[in-house]
Amino acid sequence: MKGRWLRAYTVLYLLFLYAPIALLPIFAFNDATIIAFPLGGFTGRWFVELGKVPALHDAALNSVFIAAMASVSATVLGMLAACASTRYEFPAKRPIMGFIMLPLVLPEIIVGVSLLVVILRAGLHLSHWSIIAGHILIVTPFSIAILSSAFASLDRSLEEAAIDLGETPWSTFRLVTLPLVMPGIISSLLIGFTISLDEFIIAFFLSGSEPTLPVYIFGQLRFPQKIPIIMALGTILVVLSILLLVTAEYFRRRGIRRAGGQDSGGFLG
Amino acid sequence: MSEWRSSEAARGLALVGPTLLYAVAMLAVPLGAVLVYSFLTDGYLTIIPEFTLANYAEVFSDPIYRQVMARSLGVALAVTVATVVLAYPVAYFVAFHVRPERRSLWLFLITIPFWTSYLIRVFLWKVILGYNGVVNATLTGLGIIDEPLTFILYNVNAVVITLAHAYAPFAILPIFVALGKIDRTLLEAAQDLGESRLATFLRVTLPLSVPGVVAAVLIVFIPTVGDYVTPRLVGGPEGRMIANIIQLQYLRLDNYPLGSALAVTAMAIVTVIAVGFVLSLRRYLRVRQ
Repeated sequence: MKGRWLRAYTVLYLLFLYAPIALLPIFAFNDATIIAFPLGGFTGRWFVELGKVPALHDAALNSVFIAAMASVSATVLGMLAACASTRYEFPAKRPIMGFIMLPLVLPEIIVGVSLLVVILRAGLHLSHWSIIAGHILIVTPFSIAILSSAFASLDRSLEEAAIDLGETPWSTFRLVTLPLVMPGIISSLLIGFTISLDEFIIAFFLSGSEPTLPVYIFGQLRFPQKIPIIMALGTILVVLSILLLVTAEYFRRRGIRRAGGQDSGGFLG
Repeated sequence: MSEWRSSEAARGLALVGPTLLYAVAMLAVPLGAVLVYSFLTDGYLTIIPEFTLANYAEVFSDPIYRQVMARSLGVALAVTVATVVLAYPVAYFVAFHVRPERRSLWLFLITIPFWTSYLIRVFLWKVILGYNGVVNATLTGLGIIDEPLTFILYNVNAVVITLAHAYAPFAILPIFVALGKIDRTLLEAAQDLGESRLATFLRVTLPLSVPGVVAAVLIVFIPTVGDYVTPRLVGGPEGRMIANIIQLQYLRLDNYPLGSALAVTAMAIVTVIAVGFVLSLRRYLRVRQ
């Protein structure tokens, strides 16, 4: 009985969580420039308009480049840290890992302003690389969380067997460890890509003259006549993120199954 | 044995080294720079390397900054309480009433909205709460109100609602993990000894889930104090928070020392609150899992 009430509550809660996203496609296909009720007719013209804005295409390309660089770098750094923390005991392990995970709770604006101060102080110009530097910092903790569970569920006796059979540590890593944690790596790459693609504050502070997609969107939100186009863009972005996340989740689960572990739930678990 | 230990320590440190170096170079050094800047003198478009406490004096004496700081903390507190209280039953349901093989599906459904287009989600709350928005259209349509409500957008209420929505999944995950670690035989023992379900929950489940609640509180409270987008888009002039003032000082007024002093002060206050909160509950955090 008690479980039934909790289930009803949870379903209501999920509806609350999804309510804003559900509105996106409604206004993206609504034939009116004003985002309000009552709705006009059905139209696909806002999606056609999307194709006619070169500034948006540039911003999208900037974002994809930054997200790719940030997710690959963060995954490499995350793999090293996850491997170290799941397999080795070393001095000051807790404070070191705590410090690396700090950006998980640190307000992003703090990361943004502090990098801005240092970059300008060093006489460097703001570019894609300044945003990438900031995004690596905030994506790495997520990579570590995902890859730690991949390394933790790995059966070490497989590696020991490879060493006993005469493989070098490097070839053991390449032939045994890497294939087993590969699903975790793919999951980390996809989650990192999604986070970077969506990140606004750090990009806002560090973008200089070439905006990322969220910075471009933020600029457009001031112009009421541009809002329907942004709704269409938002619909595409939401669909894209969900596809990326579903793929990431698929690989995360496959990784745990392949390594013979028990799925504990979300990757933050 | 000690040689083996030291070589293990060396290998561990060597592995974590690059990631640690990156965090030191890109986080510790920049944070240090902000701290140094907060003690320097602003010379309009340049920074004069003269030590001063004037920035902090301004932060603590100017009523506007004090008001904005108090509002940021108040909003974050309200958001944290709302998020954690609303999230707890959801985490409880997934941990205790969902079959183990279905749990990750539920958690996945809960986390999806968190990853999708933060900026546009916040903007959509403007559409929901606005003058011609979803809430007002529904209420006038049903004949409950004659005039659209205006107190739900461009003020602190709107900021709290929007942030509570944005951070909801982050509160659920840590509580779920803590609930999942509870030894189920303890709950059976309590019931066998004649405790009611409510008493079992209050005396066994709730205290054992405190570590998850503490993690949820910190993971919601700290970032919401420094949120920029939500107060900017739905807060209006009376909903401005500390991040908006910091952005103003850095990017608009070009006063880095004052912006830095505001950032350092906000971080210091948040740290003191967070540490105080954790210490006040340390009795429950030492529970053997």
